Amino acid sequence: MVAGVSNSSGNHRSPPRRVALFVTCLVDLFRPAVGFAAIKLLEEAGCTVEVPPLQVCCGQPAYNTGDRATTRAIAIQVMDAFEGYDAVVAPSGSCGGMLSHHYPALFDDQPALKARAENLAGRSHELISFLVDVLGIKKIATQYDGTVTYHDSCSGLRELGVKEQPRQLLGSVKGLELREMKTPEVCCGFGGTFCVKYPEISNAMVGEKSADIAATGADTLLAGDLGCLMNMAGKLQREGSAVRVRHVAEVLAGMGDLPAIGEPETGAR
Amino acid sequence: MQSTAHAFKDNVGTALADPNLQDSLSKLKVGFSERRRQAAERLPEFEALRDRARDIKNHTLANLDFYLEEFERKVIALGGHVHWAPTAADARRIIADLCRSVGARTVAKSKSMVAEEIALNEHLEELGIAPIETDLGEYIIQLRHEPPSHIIAPAVHLTKDQVADTFLEHHRKLGFDKRLTERNDLVAEARYVLRQKFLDADVGLTGANFLVAETGSSMLVTNEGNADLSNTLPKMHIVLASIEKVIPTLEDAAVLLRVLARSATGQESSAYTTLNTGPKRPGDLDGPEQYHVVLLDNGRSGVLGTEMQEILRCIRCGACMNHCPVYGAVGGHAYGWVYPGPMGAVLTPQLVGVEEASNLPNASTFCGRCESVCPVRIPLPKLMRHWREREFERHLTPRAVRQGLALWSFVARRPGLYRSLTAIANRVLSLFGRADGRYRSLPLAGGWTRFRDFPAPPAGGTFHTQWKAARKRP
Repeated sequence: MVAGVSNSSGNHRSPPRRVALFVTCLVDLFRPAVGFAAIKLLEEAGCTVEVPPLQVCCGQPAYNTGDRATTRAIAIQVMDAFEGYDAVVAPSGSCGGMLSHHYPALFDDQPALKARAENLAGRSHELISFLVDVLGIKKIATQYDGTVTYHDSCSGLRELGVKEQPRQLLGSVKGLELREMKTPEVCCGFGGTFCVKYPEISNAMVGEKSADIAATGADTLLAGDLGCLMNMAGKLQREGSAVRVRHVAEVLAGMGDLPAIGEPETGAR
Repeated sequence: MQSTAHAFKDNVGTALADPNLQDSLSKLKVGFSERRRQAAERLPEFEALRDRARDIKNHTLANLDFYLEEFERKVIALGGHVHWAPTAADARRIIADLCRSVGARTVAKSKSMVAEEIALNEHLEELGIAPIETDLGEYIIQLRHEPPSHIIAPAVHLTKDQVADTFLEHHRKLGFDKRLTERNDLVAEARYVLRQKFLDADVGLTGANFLVAETGSSMLVTNEGNADLSNTLPKMHIVLASIEKVIPTLEDAAVLLRVLARSATGQESSAYTTLNTGPKRPGDLDGPEQYHVVLLDNGRSGVLGTEMQEILRCIRCGACMNHCPVYGAVGGHAYGWVYPGPMGAVLTPQLVGVEEASNLPNASTFCGRCESVCPVRIPLPKLMRHWREREFERHLTPRAVRQGLALWSFVARRPGLYRSLTAIANRVLSLFGRADGRYRSLPLAGGWTRFRDFPAPPAGGTFHTQWKAARKRP
């Protein structure tokens, strides 16, 4: 498979942007390939990509548990780690949304920090929308042989307006057929700690999602957030489904031949 | 109504195991959201109207004292009466006194969530006054002695067959001994049974969708017309409404009505929109002789000026619950009190206490679908998060959660330590999970693996380990 990106004029944008990759905790720990796929896509779009070493987490576990003090401390750590880059890009609408939509209000009573948070918010993007909306990428020269269905992860969809961008790029992938679910915009039931705090409700939600996925007849499920993907993959596999689950960046970067999420590695068995 | 919000998790278990409820919910989830979407799409200015609706409510809340007093002046000028009820108990007492003043034996009620909030029916029954619900859904659940499960569709948790059984059981003594199976026949039977009760009622009690300050009117929308019978036939009409229902003008009402019906049921307008403006005037052929408005605070004024104020914009359309995947999974009764779904998860802790209702604002994925359809743009996830913050400040967050968070936070604030620990976790999870690619059970992750496999990371180390190694290579 050959991957390559092209923007509207067919040329890479110059001068290259200095982009910092916000890897996100889940990608770091469970699916490093997504990070490498993101780097590949960004570099092919003409960006210079760096991975700031002091990054950890965006702070959502604390934020959504109501621990504002810890959230603020972590937000400051993130602002320090990503100081000075032209753009901060995350392969996640959830973590991207945290930086671009939630940080500024954490510092309403501290004007200097609020200014920094607003500055970071203005530079922060979710990967696919960054490629399409900011870099003007219209299509990607790669191949994926399969029928895929795409789940709209909530934060990306409703906070960042990520809806058409992944579909546009997937539409340019050779061999790929997109089949929509009935309700691709309904939450999969992950919700961070929600899925273990209220496992029965989460299970009911992801059960409905897996039925919707199955009804499309697609052989591959894609989305832009690893949390949702792990939740849906785990449910599909528990149900014995053969649907393979991948992050959309992997497919776009021509890494669609890797073992899918939750699949054994070739030769490991 | 007695709250069972503290037993949310038990309620969830019951709800998920109830096949009738699940059957009803599966229809609700598709129907309401699809109709709302089509209605919004048919109206090009719908999004702009949502902004105006939000602004009208914000303006009113910022001047609530002014508009309430303006409303009171107008009602008095019309010959009506306004009663201020700081608490639920005050409202119950005021209404009971009014009923007794006319020797009432029956009260015809049209649907009122505020009446549920103050547990009015139970109180009237204790006094020997029979409250008769005239909204079809409310009538059904009154027969079944159940609380409402939805703010605009109180019996939405029931299947048609359940309603048929309930009617047969209760209407048999009135001579209806045939079990009905058609929807229209069930409605016709209820209509017949209820008609005489309207004629017999001494007092009509309604809620209000809006109170219009400039005219002193209370405004009601229904699809059944039952409210119009409740407020015109009896000699006394009591309007029970909470203080945030007031709006400045009829012009404002027109804006709010346009977003209300579309958001609620996908209708352009409800079948009946009624303005009640004072008692019967000399020369009027019908109408109540007495017109009373009971204004309930019950904790709402305490929300003004706080970070929760935005919930008072709510116009009770139900769109948030119709679009909520959590409500869609468990229904309204699981929330344990009058107001379910996202708006309930914000309002209930305010009205019954956050200790009692601590689960409600936590049982959300923050998917944001509620906010995306709210006609007055209430940022419901943000308000739920504020409740979590208050719980955390007051140490109401469960200890295991707090301890887990404290440990995580200690590590997350030390990038070097974090890298080492995640590298170990990655290696262990990868090593033991590699053969299958996933875990069917994992220590400390029972909440996950009870229902789902847990994907194992592939070999090779964390992203940061691999990135660092790649950079060192020449």
